[in-house]
Amino acid sequence: MSTPKPKVAHPSLPRNSLGLTRRDYEGGMSTLCAGCGHDSITAAIVEACWGLSLEPHRLVKLSGIGCSSKTTAYFVGEAHGFNGVHGRMASVATGANAANRELTYIGVSGDGDSLSIGLGQLAHAMRRNLNMLYLIENNGVYGLTKGQFSASADVGTKSKKGDANTQPPVDPALLALSLGAGFVARGFSGDKPQLVPLIRAGLSHPGFALIDVLSPCVTFNDHEGSTKSYAFTREHYHPAVEADFHSGAAADFIAPAESISVDYREGEEVVVPLHDGSHVHLKKLDPGFDTSDRAAAYAYIAAKLKEGQYVTGLLHADPAAGGDLHAANRTSATPLNRLPFERLSPGAAKLASLMARYR
Amino acid sequence: MEPTDTGEPDYYHRVVDCQWACPAHTDVPEYIRLIAQGRFTDAYMVNRESNVFPGILGRVCDRPCEPACRRGRVEEKPVAICRLKRVAADHRDDIAGLLPKAPAQRNGKRIACIGAGPASLTVANDLVPLGYAVTVYEQYGLTGGLMRTNIPAFRLPADVLDDEIGQIIGMGAELKLNAPVKSLKALLGGGAYDAVFVGSGAPKGKELDVPGRNESNRVHLGIDWLHAVAFGHVQSIGARVLIIGVGNTAMDCCRSSLRLGAQNVKVMARKSREFFKASEWELEDAESEGVEILVNHSPQAIVTADGKVTGMLFKVLEYDLADGRIVAERTVGERLIPCDDVILAIGQENAFPWIERDLGVEFDRWHVPKVDPVTFQSTRAGVFFGGDAAFGPKNIIWAVEHGHQAAISIHRHCQGLPVTERPARGVTLASRKMGIREWSYKNDYNPVERRLVPHVALAERFKKLKIEVELGFNPEQTALEVQRCLNCDIQTVFTAPLCIECDACIDICPVDCLTMTANGTEAEISGRLKAPRRDLTSPLYVSAALKQTGRVMVKDEDLCVHCGLCAERCPTAAWDMQKSTVSIPHATSDETPCQKQATRKSA
Ligand SMILES: Cc1cc2nc3c(=O)[nH]c(=O)nc-3n(C[C@H](O)[C@H](O)[C@H](O)COP(=O)(O)OP(=O)(O)OC[C@H]3O[C@@H](n4cnc5c(N)ncnc54)[C@H](O)[C@@H]3O)c2cc1C
Ligand SMILES: Cc1ncc(C[n+]2csc(CCOP(=O)(O)OP(=O)(O)O)c2C)c(N)n1
Ligand code: SF4
Ligand code: SF4
Ligand code: SF4
Ligand SMILES: [Mg+2]
Repeated sequence: MSTPKPKVAHPSLPRNSLGLTRRDYEGGMSTLCAGCGHDSITAAIVEACWGLSLEPHRLVKLSGIGCSSKTTAYFVGEAHGFNGVHGRMASVATGANAANRELTYIGVSGDGDSLSIGLGQLAHAMRRNLNMLYLIENNGVYGLTKGQFSASADVGTKSKKGDANTQPPVDPALLALSLGAGFVARGFSGDKPQLVPLIRAGLSHPGFALIDVLSPCVTFNDHEGSTKSYAFTREHYHPAVEADFHSGAAADFIAPAESISVDYREGEEVVVPLHDGSHVHLKKLDPGFDTSDRAAAYAYIAAKLKEGQYVTGLLHADPAAGGDLHAANRTSATPLNRLPFERLSPGAAKLASLMARYR
Repeated sequence: MEPTDTGEPDYYHRVVDCQWACPAHTDVPEYIRLIAQGRFTDAYMVNRESNVFPGILGRVCDRPCEPACRRGRVEEKPVAICRLKRVAADHRDDIAGLLPKAPAQRNGKRIACIGAGPASLTVANDLVPLGYAVTVYEQYGLTGGLMRTNIPAFRLPADVLDDEIGQIIGMGAELKLNAPVKSLKALLGGGAYDAVFVGSGAPKGKELDVPGRNESNRVHLGIDWLHAVAFGHVQSIGARVLIIGVGNTAMDCCRSSLRLGAQNVKVMARKSREFFKASEWELEDAESEGVEILVNHSPQAIVTADGKVTGMLFKVLEYDLADGRIVAERTVGERLIPCDDVILAIGQENAFPWIERDLGVEFDRWHVPKVDPVTFQSTRAGVFFGGDAAFGPKNIIWAVEHGHQAAISIHRHCQGLPVTERPARGVTLASRKMGIREWSYKNDYNPVERRLVPHVALAERFKKLKIEVELGFNPEQTALEVQRCLNCDIQTVFTAPLCIECDACIDICPVDCLTMTANGTEAEISGRLKAPRRDLTSPLYVSAALKQTGRVMVKDEDLCVHCGLCAERCPTAAWDMQKSTVSIPHATSDETPCQKQATRKSA
């Protein structure tokens, strides 16, 4: 029996500008395996939505199929939601976006859902610069179907039974950089001080934002020999814009312009004061690294991957990047649900005249 | 911080707030689960082990456990712990076969207990089964002490007293009624007793020194008057009654007055409500019966004419408060309140006219005996005090605890062992995990509010003096109330080497009482907790360094609601829910604790 999370809360739970607490942004009780990284990401999404004071009814949650895709049921219970078919979340998101550009869209998918069956969908969503946050909960396996290697499994990583993977992985961050995404980041489910600000930033980015979140599958991919286990990820993840992990200090998202304006020397940790008086520790990237330079970011990440390091943090941000889906398709600026019935359905006479053009 | 030593016997005990707050450390969550399972007799026996008088205490205990109850931190009202105790007592089967008896072969030691109140009776309860010949001397013709002579029968019926006191006498104690001890010297002199326990209470009502006090026999001392009512010597009172004082004795005086024919009863308080000594529930009961409580009235004089009381004069006061304390007071007027009787209920004192001062039993300058707060021994070896006689008026449950501790001392004294060495408390833990998301106890959080105990209708209550007002919970209420208990004795136990730092427990905890963070000083860690601490006196749990990052797991025990979700969500059982059983040592035939409850299956 799964116990519902009781509605009791800490008496001094803070409220956001809407008067809501973090608990008001929760959804149903998770049915994932205990210890799944995806649940931690859910908690980070809850925290980020609360922190942005998003109105729950103005959020749209979209997903495909997989353990990761199930998680949209576990946050912001009062938001809109659509659980699509496997690998087809991007199409649903495109349609929804075309129908109503005023809402905030968050898509949650898995490495199987997005990099195997749904790779074509993901690529075109990026190409169109769909205004959404697209979050890949990346565990290197198909968790829901019992742990087969996915397209993100590294060469040489071992399955639970001991077989090694031989096919090269698709790296979502490199993919996004090459397809022109305007916001590319990588996080880790076990590092919320970094992940929460990334999600807040991704939700705020005007255009397509991709966050690849390393999210260990505790049941099928957390053993020795796996390159996506908790232990391996902790040893090999390389924070680029690192919030102070050890103190767990609540950090806000730092705009890229601010982060590179700090003067630091190679290999140094730098303390950046925030507007509210708190601060964030940043780990310096290679000299000359510039988060607005797509090519440099690509080269850096690829080089680090070769060394077996996953670079995390904000990797590339360019608010001006990409096309405009709405301009290209001349979508309605007014959400369809607010158009008068006559405009949505012009009637039989209009249809007849339209058809006449093709006769 | 250093890793917390949870092996220390008080660590997990403290978490069980009610049990920790109970002077006798009654295992509350265990008996509530037993009630939930319909095992009323078992629930009664768990109670009896520590508090000896579950039926009595289930009605009139001062309930220090309830303000401590964890439920009161997440909701306004605590679990109705006391009323559930009564449910167990009312619905149990005959327990005669479950009680220990004096062994056929006595141990040859003789103990005298002075007074048949709860303190002495507890000493008898603990020592008779060990083979001691215990003689209880009582000056009156009835047992129970203040429980019978002062607590009115409409709160505590005589048959409940008879039954539970009878259990103890029935074990094989010798009871001498109408046998006042007039000289301790004489009692000790013959060498007939190996130890003496003084449980004679605090029988003297405090006087009020105002003009007119001694000019009429219609001015009464509260505890003497209640005594006279209990024994039937007083059967009526005037129409208008003033009670001076606002403690629990005052509450019993005003409600008894109503039952003896008073029409208008006023309780006169010197200060405002936040300073009242009476329990909230007693105030509520009195007010619901129509008693008026007047605040800020300071008694000046009793006005009499021809030996009759006609009224009482008060100064009306005003206070300035700062931080809940009075910083200044002013007289703003004077008021004469007409009345026919005045009852003084402003406190009690000890009195030991029968203890000679040359016996080596020393008293301080307020005539209070010098008693060791741990051993309960006086300055004369072999003479012990307990209950109200030891440190002044307290309540029944403290009297019981004093009795238990004195019994341990007496047992050691009679074996020639030092009384200052006490048997240790202990804790055992046993996992409650049955499978994935499967626990052998119910950890659903039930949001129901505290149930209200049904009362006899107002009109019925006053017909007879001894109609018990509270009816006890009905089955539906019981079923809901037991589910309000958070099972604080099902502990969250952490095993640091198992943790893979997946965050699942941190994310699920509804009250944010878990944090993984770098180690540091207590102040540093406190500043980094996911939710702020509310009670800085409640200790933080800090684990050993975790494997992957070297951080520590920190838990604020004060906030935890024992929902078990951390353990349910933990992939490695690093968090586990384990039932703790605290063993509270009593006088036993051998000195090792933990041998109680050998036969009963725990709930
Ligand atoms: C009006 C009133 C209401 C109360 N209500 C509550 C309540 O609701 N809940 C609660 O927990 N507590 C209540 N109390 C307090 C509680 O009754 C006492 O704290 C408790 O009974 C003390 O127990 P004891 O064994 O120390 O002494 P007592 O109960 O006072 O018993 C002492 C006994 O010793 C006998 N005795 C005294 N001297 C001698 C002698 N020389 N020789 C032989 N016998 C002697 C006395 O006759 C008496 O029977 C109340 C007290 C009062 C006055
Ligand atoms: C069209 C289709 N093909 C195959 C499946 C079977 N299937 C269900 S989930 C899944 C993979 C999910 O992997 P991923 O997206 O990584 O999610 P995870 O469970 O690892 O979070 C597959 C292949 C399906 N549901 N539908
Ligand atoms: S199978 Fe893996 S991915 Fe799915 S819920 Fe379990 S741990 Fe998470
Ligand atoms: S039992 Fe665990 S999850 Fe529940 S309140 Fe306590 S620490 Fe939090
Ligand atoms: S759920 Fe268990 S393994 Fe995960 S962080 Fe908590 S204690 Fe550690
Ligand atoms: Mg996957």
